[in-house]
Amino acid sequence: VVQAAVISRDGAVRRSGIDIAGVELELREQGGGRPILFLHPGIGLLGSEPVLAALARHGRVLAPSHPGFGASALPADFRTVDDRAYFYLDFLDALDLRNVVLVGAGFGGWIAAELAIKSTERLSHLALVDPVGIKVGDRESRDIVDIYAHTADQVAALAFHAPARRPDIAGLDDAALREVARNRESLALFAWSPYMHDPRLRRRLHRIRIPTLLVWGESDRIVTPDYGRAFAAGIPGARFAVLAEVGHYPHIEQPEALVQEIAGFVAAPAEGIRAAARN
Amino acid sequence: MRIYHFTEQAYPEAWSEPSSLRVTLPNSHCDPVVAADLFHRYHDEWMLADELGLDIMVNEHHATATCMSASANVTLGILARTTKRARLLALGIPLANRPDPLRIAEELSMVDVISRGRLEMGFVKGVPYEVPVANSNPVRMMDRLWEAHDFILKAMTTQDGPFNWEGEYFHYRNVNIWPRPWQQPHPPVWITATSLTSAAPIAERGHVLATFLTGYRTRDLFQRYAEAWRAARHSAAPADRFAYLALAATASTEQEAFRRAAEVARYVTTTGIVAEPFRSPPGYASVEDNAKLLRQAGRKGPRMVPTRDGRMVNIAGEPSVRDLIDAGLMFAGTPDQVYRQIAEFHEASGGFGNLLLMMQAGRLGHADTVDSLTLFGKEVLPRLAVLSGEAAESAAA
Repeated sequence: VVQAAVISRDGAVRRSGIDIAGVELELREQGGGRPILFLHPGIGLLGSEPVLAALARHGRVLAPSHPGFGASALPADFRTVDDRAYFYLDFLDALDLRNVVLVGAGFGGWIAAELAIKSTERLSHLALVDPVGIKVGDRESRDIVDIYAHTADQVAALAFHAPARRPDIAGLDDAALREVARNRESLALFAWSPYMHDPRLRRRLHRIRIPTLLVWGESDRIVTPDYGRAFAAGIPGARFAVLAEVGHYPHIEQPEALVQEIAGFVAAPAEGIRAAARN
Repeated sequence: MRIYHFTEQAYPEAWSEPSSLRVTLPNSHCDPVVAADLFHRYHDEWMLADELGLDIMVNEHHATATCMSASANVTLGILARTTKRARLLALGIPLANRPDPLRIAEELSMVDVISRGRLEMGFVKGVPYEVPVANSNPVRMMDRLWEAHDFILKAMTTQDGPFNWEGEYFHYRNVNIWPRPWQQPHPPVWITATSLTSAAPIAERGHVLATFLTGYRTRDLFQRYAEAWRAARHSAAPADRFAYLALAATASTEQEAFRRAAEVARYVTTTGIVAEPFRSPPGYASVEDNAKLLRQAGRKGPRMVPTRDGRMVNIAGEPSVRDLIDAGLMFAGTPDQVYRQIAEFHEASGGFGNLLLMMQAGRLGHADTVDSLTLFGKEVLPRLAVLSGEAAESAAA
């Protein structure tokens, strides 16, 4: 295993090749204090630098690339989102992280929810940002836009409030472009069918008994705020917040507003008491 | 040399739709009465091929006006009874897009028995645009293909009662197919390859390597196969392990043949008409190839192929019949010309024992197809048998 660490100007440390629970992982770390685990959406960590920097003002941000994404290895026997959820439970154990604020966006929100139904032992708060993962409508209704039936431009128009804010894919260098292609492949492996959801997740959401926030972009047309309300309704006491002028990727379009929402929620006394009681 | 007559059984009446002939074209564009007439004439042409001493190739595609056959096995089921002597090749059955390989093993065994041992089993991965139609995962498709392949051959060769299968992708209990196949130990297996890396696994298993429209790049593929065969078996790969697919049109004059050839060539210009999102689902092609597609941002690039005299032809454009002939993708002309073109390509490719010819495509009508097939069968086929040094199987046999 070759370890490499790169420290960037904003103080972020990017490590690749570190072995966590048997997987060679790429991990970005930034800031200090209480751990904040950020689980990226299906597009990977592309465009996440501002939100990670903003989160790092509130704690020690850990932002891994999921197995199969970025520079992280993909074990041959990883086939389901469940595999990822258990992997991140192992990750929390391996780094002995406690009192963690778990933030998951989009596909990462799905992983975070699957993790939290299994165990919240090491978590204090859960923040899900436009997550996918549950089935709401009937069998002939698609809750989540089929991104594989749309062009990249069409997906961007549905995903962004202001499509000009989308990351410039065609302008990336070859290595970064290969990462984009690999991320798309890994996302398809885990989310192709059932499409972007686990039919059993919704009825298990009640097991999440820590303070939970769902943040939704008002202009998200990939997966709408109504889907978000159904998601929030499944988690006891969950708070649902809508951000204006933002689509499916609040962490890219409005990172400051998103972090303000999450930080405010974590600091709120009621949740603070509940969290303190657990530790 | 065996010559297989192939048609995709297209529905060209719906080809006026410019944006996508596949996946999204509503089936309101398909009139079942027209479809029935087309099916009947395509089958009549295969039965003529059988009488002429040609062999028969069928295929399947899904949700498309380019190929009405949604099941190669259904087509074979008909031909197994209506033809007398032709080898019956399915090329292919999309193993990675089919959820149930047990059903494939059963159906193919039925075809082999009904045809009294004339089945040739072609296994393919499946085309990218049919991944969403089948709703199969586009990632790790080759792994699924090989597991399905292993399972089908075990099902066909196990004669001592049920066996169990708990694999990575397929799970069965009580596998015990009836009938078992006619040919022993199992019907011949063909697999397609377009890249050098995929030739070796086919050679190692001793299966027939088939390549489609690979033109003057075919030689490299065949050589890679021959090397892998030699490494695995310490012998030279026989000619019958190689197959090449091209377009073809024959007529008594060159002018008439080129008119027919222009219709057949519409296969090349229509087959890729599919809405952009379905052209390359993530994981179907390699990460490197998909990264290149991302760089093109949805624009279709040219598909340049070399000709025998070193020109480059863009077959994603509107290639002429002459371009296609020069690129080794089509054999067209009088029987003499067609024979010479095939002989020249046979030499340039390093040789093959199976030639798959799409002699009907596009709007080429029944009378034209019958005449083209008949001229080919009577005036080209006997000479090809001499070319490959094998005895001709005469129509009277």
